[in-house]
Amino acid sequence: MSAESLEASCSKTRNPFTGAEADAVSVKVEGLSKSFGDLSVLKNVSFDVKPGEIFVIMGPSGSGKSVLLRHIAGLDIPTSGKVTVEGLDPSLAESRDRVRLALVFQAGALFNSLSVYDNLALYPREHRSGDENAIRARVMHALKILSVEQSAQQFPSELSGGMKKRVSIARALVMEPQLLLYDEPTSELDPVMGATISEIIATLKNEYSVTSIVVTHDRSLALTIANRVGILMAGKLISLGSPDDLTKSKDPRIVDFLNPKIDIEHPRFKKLETKDNL
Amino acid sequence: MKQITKVLEGVGSVVQLLLQSLSYAGTLPRQGARFIEQCYMIGYTTLPIVAILSFFIGTVLALEAGYAMEGFGAKEFIGSLVGLSMARELGPMMTSVLLAGRVGSAITAELASMKVYQEIDALTTMNIPAAKILVLPRLAAVLVMMPVLIIIANIVGWFGGSVVARYVSSVGISPEAYFAALRHYTKFKDVMNGTAKAEVFGFVVVLVCCDIGLNTRGGPREIGASVTRGVVVSLILILVLDYFVTKLLM
Repeated sequence: MSAESLEASCSKTRNPFTGAEADAVSVKVEGLSKSFGDLSVLKNVSFDVKPGEIFVIMGPSGSGKSVLLRHIAGLDIPTSGKVTVEGLDPSLAESRDRVRLALVFQAGALFNSLSVYDNLALYPREHRSGDENAIRARVMHALKILSVEQSAQQFPSELSGGMKKRVSIARALVMEPQLLLYDEPTSELDPVMGATISEIIATLKNEYSVTSIVVTHDRSLALTIANRVGILMAGKLISLGSPDDLTKSKDPRIVDFLNPKIDIEHPRFKKLETKDNL
Repeated sequence: MKQITKVLEGVGSVVQLLLQSLSYAGTLPRQGARFIEQCYMIGYTTLPIVAILSFFIGTVLALEAGYAMEGFGAKEFIGSLVGLSMARELGPMMTSVLLAGRVGSAITAELASMKVYQEIDALTTMNIPAAKILVLPRLAAVLVMMPVLIIIANIVGWFGGSVVARYVSSVGISPEAYFAALRHYTKFKDVMNGTAKAEVFGFVVVLVCCDIGLNTRGGPREIGASVTRGVVVSLILILVLDYFVTKLLM
């Protein structure tokens, strides 16, 4: 799907609970840099995400993907440059009142002292989104979409990694987000569960046109669900294009990243075989 | 210079957290369950250890007073010494020290682990301020529960003194004489001064521990470090504030 046709077809986000439509939101990252002391993590990163698009950010571990996502979620303040969501600064509480933004954390970040049900009900209760019956219906619907309704009364510590991920996505869904951010949604999952999560992300986009930004180093997830993919290496955005553009790229850094070769004859592997190193 | 900057940053952070929490004071009636849960944590679970400690503080005070006053022939004034010491100083001070050790450490550990495991970040993305649902109910609960703890600590401490006065032969005064002196010299104002002190100490302990917990960065080791810092800073502040609040209330 071209960017223009995507924009035309996904200008509205459909509420998964009420069917009501809201404007799908866009994201703009301009010259974003972030340093922690002397360590420069993001270097002049710029891109924009169109309404209703699934934008995937890929890159090796330590390339700054999660830090970038935290800036888009408004959890970190840039050293220079800026991030806007629908023209608003996401780090301000007033902006979050106007644009509903949800982040699926890599480790789930579920509230350990609350049951799964209460984890999901917290947002609508605090924002007074209906009476308790309406909230119950909304929470159970979200749990059903993610096939975890049988775990409603369990606590996060009683769930497997995959279940936690699904509950975390369900919790994000209850917020009726216009922008959904995923941090490594398939990490620590077996391939079957990884495929299930990919399906869920694609379904949320196709059914409800939620603008999604996915940070991952999972090649198959990225190429399956993305409208566009950005490659981040050592804090710099080195490539931006469709999944097709990415697979056809001749840039050796991208080729090496997407098709890693393990040379078992390499001296560093030989070294492991010596008795002293075992 | 770096240390001074750090202290000033800490003060700024605590004041900011206090102002944030107070700005949500209107939401407290809707946070009844959280408020009651915190009252239980701060009041009910601290009560047994406060009672045990106060009883033995009262006994030791009576014992030492008996020994010291014997030489002046003033043993009948033991009740006044125990009464005033408990009400004005030892009751509020020791209860606040226990609060720092028991409740302050638990608050810091809970909020620090929520911070480290990104639960606070999750609240931020949900636009639910931590100051509103995590700090405000604790501050309200400590204001309600501290007077209750202090009154119980005073009564148990006074009773502890009377047990020693009655049953330890070296002290040997009747409970009637002990309580008569206590009633005569310990005024309502003394009890209120002690309660006011305890309110200030308790409020500061909870606020500082919340702030240290919410500003924790790193992993499990830093959670432990934050708990230690929370308790140490609380104890120092109790001792420093004790002088100024006592002076103010005189």
